[in-house]
Amino acid sequence: MHREHLGWRTGRAIVLTLFLAFAIFPLYWIIITSLKGQKEIFSLPIQYWPEQVTLINYLEIFQISHFQVYIWNSFLVSLVASAMVVFISMLGGYVLARFSFQGKRQVMFGFLVTQMIPMFIGMAPLYMMMSKMHILNSLFSLMLIYTVMLIPFCTIIMSGFFQRIPNALEEAAMMDGCSRLSALFRVIVPIMLPGIAATFIFAFVQCWNELIMAVLFIDEESVKTIPVAMNAFIKKYDIEWGAMSAATVLSVIPTMLLFAFCQKYLVEGLTQGAVKG
Amino acid sequence: MDTQKPIVMTTKQVVPEGKKSFQISKEGRFIFLCLLPALLFVSVFTYYPLVRGIIMSFQNYTLFDLMNIQFIGLDNFVNVLTSPDFPRVAMNSFYWVFFSLVFQLLFGFMLALLMRKKFRGRGIYQAFVFFPWAMSGFLIGLIWRWMFNAQFGVINDLLLKTGLIDAPISFLADGAWAMAAVIIANIWYGVAFFAIMILAALQSIPEELYEAAAMDGAGRIQQFWRVTLPYIMPTMLVTILLRVIWILNFPDIIYAMTNGAPAGSTHIFATYMIDKVIFGQDYGQASAVGVIIVLILMLFTIFYVKATKVEKGGDF
Repeated sequence: MHREHLGWRTGRAIVLTLFLAFAIFPLYWIIITSLKGQKEIFSLPIQYWPEQVTLINYLEIFQISHFQVYIWNSFLVSLVASAMVVFISMLGGYVLARFSFQGKRQVMFGFLVTQMIPMFIGMAPLYMMMSKMHILNSLFSLMLIYTVMLIPFCTIIMSGFFQRIPNALEEAAMMDGCSRLSALFRVIVPIMLPGIAATFIFAFVQCWNELIMAVLFIDEESVKTIPVAMNAFIKKYDIEWGAMSAATVLSVIPTMLLFAFCQKYLVEGLTQGAVKG
Repeated sequence: MDTQKPIVMTTKQVVPEGKKSFQISKEGRFIFLCLLPALLFVSVFTYYPLVRGIIMSFQNYTLFDLMNIQFIGLDNFVNVLTSPDFPRVAMNSFYWVFFSLVFQLLFGFMLALLMRKKFRGRGIYQAFVFFPWAMSGFLIGLIWRWMFNAQFGVINDLLLKTGLIDAPISFLADGAWAMAAVIIANIWYGVAFFAIMILAALQSIPEELYEAAAMDGAGRIQQFWRVTLPYIMPTMLVTILLRVIWILNFPDIIYAMTNGAPAGSTHIFATYMIDKVIFGQDYGQASAVGVIIVLILMLFTIFYVKATKVEKGGDF
């Protein structure tokens, strides 16, 4: 009995380790590549550990391609868009969770449908709209479109969070003379902070990672976000793998950090908000 | 929900016809104002372009000839459907969704089952195993493109070292291999999502169900079939439906890895459509591809919901 137990546990540990290896090896490999010199990257046999660790690839992307500008642009767009998304979807989610009113089902359905249709079917019309609004090649266009893209899903998630908080809390506050809005912000929001944080991080990561709209709307060097800049790397040179690896590592770091710190809330929030078992 | 207050708000109350003085209940106005930003944004920047896109699919809308735009009926659809690329793109889309889904589900399920019981360092383990899910498809494509490199790629090196192959394979230069390669990258990305959803469902199974099953003499395997699987089925079915939609609409990995190369042999509908917009500048045909995607998804969803009665799984 005891031996069987041990065998079971060992088998489990082995499979778990294999999954871990599968998950992290690509990241390991891109980090290793980014630390190799040009010669070593293109030399055989392949080195699984750089003979000489060098930061030359990192220096190169900052000096030649102004990577700091792209990082800042991505950061700014993601920050503003996520803040707007959180604010707008909090109001919407609150109302959807607390009231029943005519047209509520239609609103919910309308939000759900946006998850089913490919955003890029409206790609060309969007491009023309942005052009008419004279905001092509601006960070504002991305802030706007990312906000729009994330509102439906985040509103649904937020409404899930609100449903778990008893109504009695804000009713008590309203008895004490708070308006509904101030009850919401002073009583409910503090309780919901983990959920709000999860939604914010989800939105931030989505914005940080988005490529297609950014490539479509942005062309000018000074407003490029990281994916757009990297997309241009591919086109311009026949991929300089050293620089590309360094750029990849740098652009992964913020999402990795956010994810590592908050994955517990994120996973919790997304699963509870997304599927009510 | 018993906590909800029933409030009736009709359109008439919100948009009074011609009357200056109107009475909306305080709550009605609050509801309207709270929903207004979300509805406004989504209507203007999602629904309007969507409708325009659908209209465009019936027009000869190309950037080369903007002066001469008119309705051309089903010509775009005919052109897309009869183009020599189409059968390949359709097959690729099918492989892309089918194999990605099957392996993501399989691995995700295994991972969730293995992670269910607490073990030391589970939190950290979870962070490492789930992180691909937080990465951008574009970067994932780049990383795997480098790993699949014919000459300096680590995958060839590993395969050669383990003796599975004798000569390096040009993964991304050979159509069939390239399709397999992009799917592998997508599996790597999507395992975490299934694992997360299934793990959450597993952890919500009440322990009493197992106790009752054990009392009835059910063994480990029987418990799995009789308790675990039925309990998590609704979550699985909803997750599968969502994933099919998302995978079909997810061009980023392919865009970065091959962008349809070699010779269009890794295009799926989504990348094919982007190709038509960015390189072909043919908005009419691109929109037709988009409409075809939506039609396929609608048919699939209807069929799937009917076949599995997934609506019982709760709306997400």
